[in-house]
Amino acid sequence: MITNLTASERRGALLILVVMAIVGLFFAAAGRGDPIALHGALIMVVALAFAFPVMGHLYDPEPSADRLDTYYDDPSKVGMILTFAWAAFAMFVGDWLAWMMVEPTWTTGSAWSSFGRLRPVHTTGVIFGFGGNGLIATSFYVMQRTCRVRLPDQLSPWFVLLGFNLFCLLAVTGYMLGITQSKEYAEPEWYADLWLVIVWIVYFVLYLRTLARREEPHIYVANWYYMAFILVVAMLHIVNNLAVPVSFLSAKSHSLFSGVQDALTEWWYGHNAVAFFLTAGFLGMMYYYLPIRAGRPIFSYRMSIISFWGITFMYMWVGSHHLHHTALPQWVQTLGMSFSLVLLVPSWASAANALLTLNGAWHRVRDDATLRFMMIAAVFYGLTTFEGSFMAIRSVNALSHYTDWTVGHVHAGALGWVAMITFGALYASIPWLWKKERMYSSFLVELHFWLALSGTVIYVFALWNAGIIQGLMWRTYTENGNLAYTFLDSVVAMTPYYIARAIGGLLFLTGALAGCLNLYLTIRFAAPATEALSLMPLRDPVSDAVIQAAE
Amino acid sequence: MALEERDPVTGRLTTGHQWNGIKELNTPVPRVVYVFLILTITFGLVYALCMPAIPLGRTYTKGILGYDERTAVQRDLEGAAAAKAPWHDALDRLDYRELAADPVVMQEIRETGRFLFGQNCAACHGINASGNRGFPNLAGGALNWGDTPEAIEQTIRVGVNSSHPESRIAQMPAFGQDGILQRPEVDAVVAYVHDLSREGIDASRQRHPAGQEIFKAQCAACHGAEARGNSDLGAPNLTDRTWLYGGDIQTILDTVWQGRQGQMPSWESRLGARNIKLLSAYVSSLRKE
Repeated sequence: MITNLTASERRGALLILVVMAIVGLFFAAAGRGDPIALHGALIMVVALAFAFPVMGHLYDPEPSADRLDTYYDDPSKVGMILTFAWAAFAMFVGDWLAWMMVEPTWTTGSAWSSFGRLRPVHTTGVIFGFGGNGLIATSFYVMQRTCRVRLPDQLSPWFVLLGFNLFCLLAVTGYMLGITQSKEYAEPEWYADLWLVIVWIVYFVLYLRTLARREEPHIYVANWYYMAFILVVAMLHIVNNLAVPVSFLSAKSHSLFSGVQDALTEWWYGHNAVAFFLTAGFLGMMYYYLPIRAGRPIFSYRMSIISFWGITFMYMWVGSHHLHHTALPQWVQTLGMSFSLVLLVPSWASAANALLTLNGAWHRVRDDATLRFMMIAAVFYGLTTFEGSFMAIRSVNALSHYTDWTVGHVHAGALGWVAMITFGALYASIPWLWKKERMYSSFLVELHFWLALSGTVIYVFALWNAGIIQGLMWRTYTENGNLAYTFLDSVVAMTPYYIARAIGGLLFLTGALAGCLNLYLTIRFAAPATEALSLMPLRDPVSDAVIQAAE
Repeated sequence: MALEERDPVTGRLTTGHQWNGIKELNTPVPRVVYVFLILTITFGLVYALCMPAIPLGRTYTKGILGYDERTAVQRDLEGAAAAKAPWHDALDRLDYRELAADPVVMQEIRETGRFLFGQNCAACHGINASGNRGFPNLAGGALNWGDTPEAIEQTIRVGVNSSHPESRIAQMPAFGQDGILQRPEVDAVVAYVHDLSREGIDASRQRHPAGQEIFKAQCAACHGAEARGNSDLGAPNLTDRTWLYGGDIQTILDTVWQGRQGQMPSWESRLGARNIKLLSAYVSSLRKE
């Protein structure tokens, strides 16, 4: 893969890696006694591990000019492997935590494996590691094909992909060392945050450059969503992570905001991370893979427009519904609740647009587990957005807030929508990328589908029950006006639901592991595709295969 | 480029563009979408009119319903306080003996006490007050600092080895670790203490004369010559069946070797006098059952 880079790209890569190694060495040497020293050493080791192979190929000849006639898919391939790897790791940690909720003594006893440290390892691992790699890998794939142009260079996609993974690595190792700024879904400390800003700006510029060079007259919907994802996540990340480090040689920093302003900034970030990371990005994925796989045109271009602008505009205001009945002034809560209700309309319009696109291809949904992943994803997207708007109503929230219903809701979205659409997209693109006829085992895809679906349903039902029971126990009074249950009573009552949840998670994890196995078997043993499919020329006269196939 | 086609399945025209083979139909937005948009936006506007909604610099529009979360909570709290006033009054006025004799107040104490105990004490002492290793069984068993309601009240108020200025202080020294006793001496006194509660004091004296000598010199100051403890010092009775950490040889050895400095926080500032009295009456009532 390194020899595919041009000589100047290799020199550029080496320069970046050497600078990183020096910065890492500086922190490792100067940050004595502070956990930042360990991270400095980690950065140095990672940079050197990449620098040596690059050095080995520094004076190799220029790659052939033929490469410019095809799409540049190496970063997508590596990104998809990383997506599966993060899924296996982070879902394992998630299910471990789920069992810890059943039996708290199931830890190693050391600090790194305590619930409080492993919990962000799980959330960061699935959201950023699994979801983020899936988004980056598919976005490179989709933007080239829908713009009919090759990525503008070969270095920046690697920088984005590997730099992002370095961020994830710093994040999860940091939590286990006890490094955190205690903001949910924004736990990494200032230096990791700054690094992500650099990576993200390169990602944004790369996307703009690709769009600017496009051969298609119009920009496809999927790219609107991917752009919204990249742009807004940059904005959210920068604002919410504004902080002052204790010193430049300390891993600790203090947020620029305090009190209720800090809480509101955090949940403005938190909910828009759901909106633009976990929704907009994956809608981009859906808008490409679902119609391609179904062989159907998108149901309504007009509905795409109304949904896109509805979602991007409305989501910005709803973060305060995470702070109902708190110190946050009530007028801000009113704002969050009202916008949350309106938001349901564009959300359901998106889900409907996806499901109606399948009209004329339902026989494929029946026969093709990959397409079924995408269909179920759209269904769960609809369910979760309805549930979200419902829970944003203040009186409903009074029952659901602080209970496991919230956790169930998040997982309906994360397992049912985000993970399902990602697995569907991966199973669709892996054979195309590795130039195989199909996935090695369609049985394993089918198995993965049913494990994922049953796992999600068990998980979500268990936590609906758990959450509603908790909420009711906390507000039940005796005839004399005393609370009928203590908090511990409600903890004890959760046991059966926590066991069910952990079993649901185990099913989902097993499905993901079946996917990892299938990925390996496909790359290693699957039959190669016919020549025509494997060429994927840039300038192919666009065929009408898609519409015709549906007839 | 823009050549519309008719999709045979739906009969709709495409927009005429395509990307990597993906086409889009030009289907109009279904009316139901507009209907729901109008409905939800209307609801949002009406809700904003009724509730606190629009910021106006230092204040905000209060809404035509005049609802305010803070006053609503205040009203609820006042209502609850009024409902409890009669028996709260009795709780403040009566002493523990009089309380125990009043079945109506005791019913309230048992109900509220269970909740207070569950929220504040159960994490260490267990939801049924039956204790855990290092945390005494309050429902039965001996209590190191005394088991009268007044003694329990004092323990809850100031804590044990806590940061409260009047805290009860009990520090079992680390006889082995700090070199006060040598290992054979520790073993001897441990064997003596172990048999106290099992065989009775006379039998144990006969069996472990060396242990008894060491006990007299080192332990009797707090635990008493008869090893019956001293609730003024928080020193446990070693002749009964109640053990805070455990009565097996190994645990007694650990206790003597490394000492014990168990802690209980002071609850005075968190719970207040009335709730502490309520909890003391509640714990005492558990012990009677």
